[in-house]
Amino acid sequence: MVEHGDIRVVHRGGSKINFREPVITNDSKFLLCASGECVKVFSTSTEECVHDLRGHTDLVTGVIIKPSNHLQAYSCSADGTVRLWDFTDGILIKTYVIGHPIYSIHASASHEGVVFVVTSMHADKRPDLLQLVAVHLPRSGDQMVEARELSAVLSDVSSNPLAIVFGRGGEYIASTKGLKLEVYLFRKQKAYSFFLKEDNKKGRRNTFTCVACHPKDDCIATGHEDGKIRLWRNFNQKKEYTYSTLHWHHSAVSSLCFTPEGTNLLSGGIESVLVQWRYNQEDQREFLPRLGAAITHITVSPDGSLFFTSHSDNKITIIQSCLKVSAAIQGLVKGESVTTDLMMDPRSKSLVLNGKPGHLQFYSLQRDKLLYNLDVVQQEYIHESGLQQFEVVKAAFDASGNWLATVEERKQKGAEVELNLKLWEFDEQTQSFVLNTTISAPHEAQITGMCFCHSTDNQTTMLVSTSKDGHFKAWQLDAQAHTEDERPSWSCDFVGAYHSLVPECCCFSADGSLLAVSFQEVVTVWSTASWELLTTLSQPPKAIRNLCFGRLSCSKYLLGTTGNNLLCCWNLLTCSLEWSTSMDVSLLLADPISENMAAFCRQAGSTDLFVFKPSEPRPLFSQKAVCPGKVTRAIFAPREEMLESCEESSQWLNRSQLYFLTQHMDLMTFTTKVEEDRLMASSKQLVIDDTVAMTPFYLLLGKHRQQDSGDAQSGISTERTPLPQGSVAIKELLQTPAHVLPSTSFLCSMFVQSLLISVTEPREENKATEEEMESEKEEEDSEEEMESGTTRPEQAPLGRHAAESAAPALTKAQVRELRRVKKLDRSWFAGLLDS
Amino acid sequence: MASFKPTKIQVYPKLGEKVTQDTLYWKNYKAPVQIKEFGAITNIDFSPVAPHNFAVTAFTRVHIYGPFSQEPVKTFTRFKDTAYSGRFRSDGQLLVAGCEDSVVRLFDVSGKVALRMFKGHTKAVHVTDFTSDGYQILTGSDDYTCRLWDIPNATELNTYQEHTDYIRCGVTSKLNRDLFITGSYDHTLKMFDARLDKSVMTMDHGHPVENLLLYPSEGLLVSAGGRYVKVWDLLKGGQPLVSMKNHHKTVTCLSLGSNGQRLLSASLDRHVKVYNTTNYKVVHNFDYAASILSLGLAPDDESIVVGMTNGILSVKHRKSPEESKETSGQQRRKPSYRVFVKGKNYVPKQDDYLVSKPVKQHLAKYDKQLKRFNVSKALDTALETWLRRRKPEITVAVIKELDRRGTLKNALAGRDEQSLFHLLNFLIGNLVDPRFAPVLVTTAEMILDIYRSVIGQSPVVDRQLLRLQDLLEREIDYQKDLLEVLGMLDTMFASSIPRKEVPCSGISRSNGLGQGEASTSRPQLQAT
Repeated sequence: MVEHGDIRVVHRGGSKINFREPVITNDSKFLLCASGECVKVFSTSTEECVHDLRGHTDLVTGVIIKPSNHLQAYSCSADGTVRLWDFTDGILIKTYVIGHPIYSIHASASHEGVVFVVTSMHADKRPDLLQLVAVHLPRSGDQMVEARELSAVLSDVSSNPLAIVFGRGGEYIASTKGLKLEVYLFRKQKAYSFFLKEDNKKGRRNTFTCVACHPKDDCIATGHEDGKIRLWRNFNQKKEYTYSTLHWHHSAVSSLCFTPEGTNLLSGGIESVLVQWRYNQEDQREFLPRLGAAITHITVSPDGSLFFTSHSDNKITIIQSCLKVSAAIQGLVKGESVTTDLMMDPRSKSLVLNGKPGHLQFYSLQRDKLLYNLDVVQQEYIHESGLQQFEVVKAAFDASGNWLATVEERKQKGAEVELNLKLWEFDEQTQSFVLNTTISAPHEAQITGMCFCHSTDNQTTMLVSTSKDGHFKAWQLDAQAHTEDERPSWSCDFVGAYHSLVPECCCFSADGSLLAVSFQEVVTVWSTASWELLTTLSQPPKAIRNLCFGRLSCSKYLLGTTGNNLLCCWNLLTCSLEWSTSMDVSLLLADPISENMAAFCRQAGSTDLFVFKPSEPRPLFSQKAVCPGKVTRAIFAPREEMLESCEESSQWLNRSQLYFLTQHMDLMTFTTKVEEDRLMASSKQLVIDDTVAMTPFYLLLGKHRQQDSGDAQSGISTERTPLPQGSVAIKELLQTPAHVLPSTSFLCSMFVQSLLISVTEPREENKATEEEMESEKEEEDSEEEMESGTTRPEQAPLGRHAAESAAPALTKAQVRELRRVKKLDRSWFAGLLDS
Repeated sequence: MASFKPTKIQVYPKLGEKVTQDTLYWKNYKAPVQIKEFGAITNIDFSPVAPHNFAVTAFTRVHIYGPFSQEPVKTFTRFKDTAYSGRFRSDGQLLVAGCEDSVVRLFDVSGKVALRMFKGHTKAVHVTDFTSDGYQILTGSDDYTCRLWDIPNATELNTYQEHTDYIRCGVTSKLNRDLFITGSYDHTLKMFDARLDKSVMTMDHGHPVENLLLYPSEGLLVSAGGRYVKVWDLLKGGQPLVSMKNHHKTVTCLSLGSNGQRLLSASLDRHVKVYNTTNYKVVHNFDYAASILSLGLAPDDESIVVGMTNGILSVKHRKSPEESKETSGQQRRKPSYRVFVKGKNYVPKQDDYLVSKPVKQHLAKYDKQLKRFNVSKALDTALETWLRRRKPEITVAVIKELDRRGTLKNALAGRDEQSLFHLLNFLIGNLVDPRFAPVLVTTAEMILDIYRSVIGQSPVVDRQLLRLQDLLEREIDYQKDLLEVLGMLDTMFASSIPRKEVPCSGISRSNGLGQGEASTSRPQLQAT
């Protein structure tokens, strides 16, 4: 087998944004989140991701704003480096090599040139013995600097970044671990430790979980496992310390934060309620309940106007200080496991899987954004650990995307499984799914498989569900309605069983005339028209794991994988085994728009991928060791535009893309070289003014701005684009006395028109080109001058335009092409406004 | 911040008939007016002209009732014997009736004495009708003949002697003065043309024909006889179109309603059925106290008049629109209502800018308690007398929600004698209901666990517990019986399914099992 060099496995979207607490810039415009191996910069006003700061080679474990320069940020990573970024432009400025994996990073304004990192300094790298180390960052011009000046401040600290905090402008540092609170006073160079008694009655419930320091007062707030908050005072003496206790949370306090003025204390936990305690008047509390999922981190913007809570469902909520939710940044929700399969919504072409408890999430792969959550269970979620609640376990779409079937399940100890089968109809008006039918207890035991009939010519839609109670049921939409206001609903059409064996998988043939249901080691084939058992196929002695019909020219084949590492292919015309091969297939899936099939096989701890056609003996593509561990969820997603790859090995990726989830719930995909090149080219085109956050609407406007006035981009302190002052309409508007003006509604269309630039002016194009070329030169000069004022290294280019020039320069032809494309686009937009 | 999601109340499918537009329409009648006549009421005929009086033929009289009177406005008593088939002419001025004494009498509606007497039949005349021109009378008699009479000079025009048994029904065409159809106990329907001497069409109903009905278009003929109602296509030469068997005794009477959209049939089995005339499905059913002999429907379905064998005439009037609204609408408004609706019905004008106000979520009492995690109080509110009597599904839904939250035990514990009594009362009332059993069985187990230590301290609670035990024992016996029946049914199914050669054995068994299961454990559907 040949290794295919041009097809690579890459991470694709859906990364975690709630791993560490988000960091807010001083102007509250951007939000920095550690997200996998990069740092994401979000705009707080539009919730869009502005940059990815890429550079780390391992998990990023912490981000802080540089105290001495609020336009730069440090990030630390498990790869043993601390990196300094210019986050407004997304440029890596410096890399400090520490050499040991870093678990968190802290800094304060009073310690210039020093960052505090938590790392394990021991040679044997025992992860449980961590130290807080002060790192003196060397002032050197190189981009890659080794930081050797390390001095331990505290030993035996927690790896949780919430357990260490600077107090009162950096006068002291407080650290908690287990039952110990340790305070290190920098002025006295002395550390005090305070111990809590172990609560024997209910286990170790006194354990510290988080710590926060009052910004003005000598007060430390600590959160505990049992939901208590303790406020420590007088801790600069060993003996006379005091603490008071606040209790509202019923389980562990996961995060604490003081507002910048110190008037309020915010706390949150698994209850997903943000509690605001008035400082010194702790009986006055305010609550913001039902934030969706357990609160993991709380941060406050430096001006105190916005609170940010990150949640366990990969979400960051932006809350105004009056406790009103203003926005939410939602990433791909990854629970402990994907219980529903990965699915494609045929309408929105989004990836669908179970997300928040009781919800289905629709995730756009193209835009790497969560489109929406569909509330399936429609019940109040009780935020309490150890409570069995309804979970979405199965879901299926029909071919057109008109119907969605979901199964929710609640398994209680010692009680029967509660099951609900729900059928949702797509509502064109609201553009979302509306509940049509609820079938409570569709089966007597857990549902093992569910699929819709995918043939498009059938008028009636059919759903088949298989269950551990030994039956499979076919559900059909009742055509007739009894009264006008009653819409058609679903009902059971057929109940089938075979030798009281348990059905596992079910699959419809491409034309919907056959249904294959696997009963342990036997595959039964049924006619959907008459519900007759047509034939049985079997390959003893192990149970069937996967079942899949071929498509298009291979629709006569039925493929199945068995527990004893066999991949079998039956020919349905002869009802006999066509071929079988021995491999341990963990997942078999068919591409819905071609004959191709993908099989993920486990071999020696890693997974191999084979892509093949059932009719051909040789696989189209194979790759060894795609990822470590077992792959159980994957999906073929149809592409929006076809790739033209002529290489044989990558042709299977031309029309659809294969996404899969690894054991660690990372979403991966395969890309070809052609595709990567295209991506690179498109990223070059995206030139974004960073003073305005990037939104789709902005992209539209941004094009205009760049084009019609090249000089508008001069300087970093960009003012608004000069409006076409020369326009007659605007002159009229500004110079005529107000009392003689016609009504604004009359003027509005005129005004808007005057802002648009007429399309058919070929001469302007040339002029603009020249202007832009000139202005670009000027900009480079001016920025070079500004640069000298700062301490940045010369190599690091500064500013957006400089970065642009540093990036591979566009050729003249490309520039022209780009302009032509923009021109086209704009005319369309202008036409839209005119109409 | 998401809003609180209220407790989901399971909607259970309504058993029995579905509420359709037809049910609503045909239920919209007032309570019937019952009038006692002297004997069995054999015929009811509505006058074609307003105010649509109706003639009721019973025993030796023909009464004419006004649309709303309970007393007859007019009575014809000059019959020597039982009168039959009192019918109005199309102008509503004349009325004809047959008699057991074989004489046919013609009355002026305003007069008392018979205008004409037609003598010629030798036996009782059960059928009389005017032809469409109004100058001739059709009669059918037990002497197997039907005759045409001229009204002005009271002479017999023609005699048809084709039936071989009693003639008990007949209709004349409203569009053609020469056409009429008779039905007889010899199972046949015959269509006659007065211009010819013999029948032009014969149809075999298969049972003694009791009643006939022509559609207004006269393309279709409906006949009733035996348990069957049959529809014939006259334009295709009397081809049978539909045969309906919805009654379990002889169908005696037919009528058309809703401008020919609905067909009504009345039967000795005491039911009146309403059919849809497009698909001939039963859309509604009326029950009466006795066997029905005659049925009349006022134009526009204003009233349904039914005559029964025990001589009771039942008149149902349609509710006027105000009345029907009154019953469905709310009670009288209280003065404070005006405060609530103030400004609610204000319609914004064209230039108005509508400031949207957040809609306040209205929560039920138990939801308010659940929102605050007051579990015991939530259960208390759900166990209020009104709720637990009228809407046990709400109480059960709240118990289920508490169970889901893992706090049911807390909510059940710590109750005094009174509230425990109510709780057990509710359990006894609903425990064996298959809709609620899964939830309530766990609840009952929990209650027993919690209050095990105090059993025997309160006679009230002990009595309830004994009742509960008794109930459960009965239910277990009942389930055993059901399982036995199920087993018997299974063997019957297995023996009734023909064995066929299939490649694998046991398929017929599994198929039979599957179908049996499908009919018994049909999952509960719920309309949402």
